[in-house]
Amino acid sequence: MTDAVVTPLQKIEAPADGGPLLEARGLTKHYKVQRGMFQEDATVRALDGVSFALHAGRTLAVVGESGCGKSTLARQVTLIEQPTAGEFLLEGENLAGAPADKLKQARTKVQIVFQDPYGSLNPRKKVLSILEEPLVINTKMSQEERRDRAREMMRVVGLRPEFAARYPHMFSGGQRQRIAIARALMLNPRVVVADEPVSALDVSVQAQVLNLLMDLQEEFGVAYLFISHDLSVVRHIADDVMVMYLGMVAEHGPKDAIFDNPAHPYTRALMASTPKINASDRAKKVPLKGELPSPLNPPSGCRFHTRCPYVIDRCRTEVPAVRDVAGRGVACHRAEDVLAGTA
Amino acid sequence: MVDQYKQANVAEAAADHAAEVAEAHEAATIAGTPRHPLAEFWEYFTENKGALAGLLFIGVLLVTALFAPWIAPHSPIEQYRDALLLPPAFVEGGNWSYPLGTDDVGRDIFSRIIWGSRLSLLVGVIVVTLSLAAGIVLGLSAGYFRGWVDVAIMRLMDIMLAIPSLLLAIAVVAILGPGLENAIVAIAIVVLPHYVRLTRAAVITESSKDYVTSSRIAGASNSRLMFNTILPNCMAPLIVQATLGFSTAILDAAALGFLGLGAQPPTPEWGSMLADSLQFVQRAWWVVTFPGLAILLTVLAFNLMGDGLRDALDPKMKR
Repeated sequence: MTDAVVTPLQKIEAPADGGPLLEARGLTKHYKVQRGMFQEDATVRALDGVSFALHAGRTLAVVGESGCGKSTLARQVTLIEQPTAGEFLLEGENLAGAPADKLKQARTKVQIVFQDPYGSLNPRKKVLSILEEPLVINTKMSQEERRDRAREMMRVVGLRPEFAARYPHMFSGGQRQRIAIARALMLNPRVVVADEPVSALDVSVQAQVLNLLMDLQEEFGVAYLFISHDLSVVRHIADDVMVMYLGMVAEHGPKDAIFDNPAHPYTRALMASTPKINASDRAKKVPLKGELPSPLNPPSGCRFHTRCPYVIDRCRTEVPAVRDVAGRGVACHRAEDVLAGTA
Repeated sequence: MVDQYKQANVAEAAADHAAEVAEAHEAATIAGTPRHPLAEFWEYFTENKGALAGLLFIGVLLVTALFAPWIAPHSPIEQYRDALLLPPAFVEGGNWSYPLGTDDVGRDIFSRIIWGSRLSLLVGVIVVTLSLAAGIVLGLSAGYFRGWVDVAIMRLMDIMLAIPSLLLAIAVVAILGPGLENAIVAIAIVVLPHYVRLTRAAVITESSKDYVTSSRIAGASNSRLMFNTILPNCMAPLIVQATLGFSTAILDAAALGFLGLGAQPPTPEWGSMLADSLQFVQRAWWVVTFPGLAILLTVLAFNLMGDGLRDALDPKMKR
């Protein structure tokens, strides 16, 4: 039994050197796809050189269209898949290519909350045993201790401990998501990956769940990797935002910089697609042409060039590196022009 | 600090639940008295009257099987030479010492059916247990590990399915030698692919669900994921298949008996009773009717009970 799991939740201390809890350096994941007997196997470049850092008590929101690599990123961060290349550091320790026992140990530090609260809870287990399971697997606690902790955790996420003997189907969507959050927190994780945790919920319940997540963070210092496509939710909860396009980072920086003054044409298009009530608030529409290209065969140069309104010849040949522009990282050759409005 | 959450969030949770709390049933659960799982199961099971009738019949059958020597009026193999092909007691010419009549060598059909329930239940239980256990292990491995394990197991099952089942059973018995035990093993092998396929299909569906991934992220081992997380969610179709398997097993055992490869005469087995007296169907309807009815009612009872079990075991059917 590790000391880290004695009380229901402990305040998470930032690493002593002030470094990030979690850091990715050039994280890359390629999948091989078989295309039948007469064609060569193809490679899906689901994640290509993604770098970011996540500090204790902070929330990094990952934003992008479906197919941009958000879910692949979640699978890398939760350590159920190993990256093809790059480094993945948890509390300063590189886990890319680490041995199985080390991974098993590290896995308890990163937990996940899924999008669909109906599929993420085992329908044949009662809430109590769902919450107990991580402790059964990872600790040597007695049944009594485990149950006390599970009940305590239900209280922390705002569920009545009397509900412990119920099955998941007896709860509403919001309550199920609270159970899922409670389960994610049972092992006292450093990082919780929230994979669109509120997009399956009613709007009124969304706010409750988001506030619960933020309260828990304030109290215990857990860091969130918050995956979402809902920009208003991201604006509410995030500290930093990372916009992804086709497995690569388009723009990455503090929430305010990105929301107030996006420097990447793709970020601009995303922002403009959010409905606004006042006509004066509406940004000039930059309509995106076409569909997301196939990650099997990504465009040359800047991957966004096929849909970019500011495209120049350089974009078609040269892959833009992420560089610092006006307080955020942006991967665009023309970021300055876009910001200045001269593009 | 925790209290703060308690107050703020309990209020929200309570609002979520206002409608449900109104129901008396819910209120009982909220009061914090979780009923014993078995009591809960029994309540849902008894709501299904057909299932209850099936259970009742199976209960009666079990009692007759267990106490056959005391219930049966005659020995099942004793031949009363003065009463060949005697009609049932309630038909003209019948005799109350042979309630359901006698067969072509003068054995009491009623006693033979009572003794036969022993064999039929035994065949059913052993076949279903063997094939279910093996089928679950093979199907679970195939569906969980996929890859070459899946290919190897499923192609083997496909080959077994490609051979006519009775022919395969005959081949197995021919290798092992005739007799009831070998017939049971043969039938268990023949029905195995159905359990494997059913388990595999259910496992593949369940494996892709998020609750399996979250258990994996919590550190669950392969065997825990397979048997503790996934398998319980795959049991409903298997329970129904197992009850149906009872009837198949009884009928297959009869077929093997008819071919002289199963229960050997004069063993009183329902299937072989049917088969033995086929030639007298035109003259004496009772020699096939009563063993046939026994099989029909037993199969029906198991099917009804299987349906009831499935409904009662499925939490989604509960309110």
